[in-house]
Amino acid sequence: MSELHDLYQEVILDHNRKPRNFRVIEHASAAQEGYNPLCGDRLTLYVTVDGGVITDAAFQGSGCAISKASASLMTEAIKGRTVEQARALFDQFHQMITSPPGSPLPDMGKLAVLSGVRDFPTRVKCAGLAWHTMKAAVSDQPAGPVTTE
Amino acid sequence: MATATAFDVTAIRADFPILGTEVHGKPLVYLDNAATTQKPRVVLQALQDYYTSGNANVHRGVHYLSGKATDLFEGARVRISRFIGAADPREVIFTRNATEGINLVAQTWGRAHVGAGDEVLISAMEHHSNIVPWQMLCSEKGATLRVIPMFDSGELDLEAFTRLLSPRTRLVAVSALSNALGTVNPVEAITRAAHEAGAVVLVDGAQAAYHMPVDVGAIGCDFFVLTGHKVYGPTGIGVLYGTAALLDAMPPWQGGGDMISSVTLERSTWNVLPYKFEAGTPHIAGAVGLGAAVDYIGAIGMDRIQAHERELLAYGTEALRQVPGLRLVGTAPRKASILSFVVDGIHPHDLGTIVDREGVAIRTGHHCAQPVMDRLGIPATARASLAMYNTREEIDALVAALHTARKVFG
Repeated sequence: MSELHDLYQEVILDHNRKPRNFRVIEHASAAQEGYNPLCGDRLTLYVTVDGGVITDAAFQGSGCAISKASASLMTEAIKGRTVEQARALFDQFHQMITSPPGSPLPDMGKLAVLSGVRDFPTRVKCAGLAWHTMKAAVSDQPAGPVTTE
Repeated sequence: MATATAFDVTAIRADFPILGTEVHGKPLVYLDNAATTQKPRVVLQALQDYYTSGNANVHRGVHYLSGKATDLFEGARVRISRFIGAADPREVIFTRNATEGINLVAQTWGRAHVGAGDEVLISAMEHHSNIVPWQMLCSEKGATLRVIPMFDSGELDLEAFTRLLSPRTRLVAVSALSNALGTVNPVEAITRAAHEAGAVVLVDGAQAAYHMPVDVGAIGCDFFVLTGHKVYGPTGIGVLYGTAALLDAMPPWQGGGDMISSVTLERSTWNVLPYKFEAGTPHIAGAVGLGAAVDYIGAIGMDRIQAHERELLAYGTEALRQVPGLRLVGTAPRKASILSFVVDGIHPHDLGTIVDREGVAIRTGHHCAQPVMDRLGIPATARASLAMYNTREEIDALVAALHTARKVFG
């Protein structure tokens, strides 16, 4: 049960119930779709980039608690950061959720609540969906919808 | 081994070694039988015996072992023919799985008989395996894929089906039992109506074959597919049944050894049924294992398995309805023991993870039936699918685990 509570921490359940930045951004710099075919999670991520800085980020879609909370927390985390910083955060986040259970965790601030995912290998894709979508949204290379498969 | 005298679920469970497994420190409660069923010891033993004392290639050697392997392989075909009610073992083609059987029909019979302007009719509750091969065929031939609609309960709209039938309908391909909803479709009546309209009928029996007796003669269908791993047999082996007349007239599918009667560098001639459709060395051990599986089912009795599962379905339906916020998806009057559901405020994927920690294995997602989810306006469901070895206590364990999930989600 303790691993379950590590996975479904109160912060995650709160962001699942009341996702932050859960809206459409009209005239966003990028509107990127992400899809997890395994569980049917779908989201559209909107980012506004001004002078290399992410000035706004929001999302819409449906998915499990992990994917929704991850998207919600991510939009909070990347707002105000430069695109370069957001990419670096992607790398850190990816490392956090895929590192072996028990190994030291990078200092991720509030995002650390999602570290419990690494004990649930079948759920890593849920946590990663929004992040892969963000990476594509701020990429210089235009891409089709992101899938986690 | 369980005997035919009484349905003794404890004895049956003892035949399945994996059911003694612990998961996350809890006894395994395996409720994902629609994805694949577990294997009884007699099937595992048949596989081991085959490789230990019977292994050789079939249909080609004069030596002792080749003869023995051929006898085992062909013996399995005969028993599987009886299992599905096929009058003639030549009408039973070994494939990798049900999917391969459908693709075989689409690419041989379909390419020869479906043309521009023709129609192929499927239902709204098909598995992807009974959608995509027909989409590929229709797109290649300029034909149209049409869909028999269903009601919210998961029942097919048979009046709409009758209206969809026309002289352009070449084929009706429909599942006998929906993997996502549990609906049992009236394939006998569907076949009769389709035949009256001059269409050929393929029945996808992948789910039906472990839940209910199958008699292709009584259904009257032209093609029927099943997969071994869903009838307590090995993976990698399946069956395509087709009437001898249709199979004889069809062009072969894959070319290679065993499917020919003579080969020169200029041309080849085709072998007789069923070998015409079995190019290359088949999954001999798989066929032998599947033969053991249908023997095992036969010894217990499919009627009694069905009665046990009906009782479980009634118990499970009632037990799940007591869970606050739970809604069953698929409530057709004729149903097999598949319980698809959603719970308010908890995504199926989260449910799946939480109940797994309690040792309970269920499937979550779209069940390879995305159009069913789209039709019902839900992204996914959780699904508990029950087989002969499941018990009321296991349903209680699922319900308890669902309460845990509700607690976690507050």
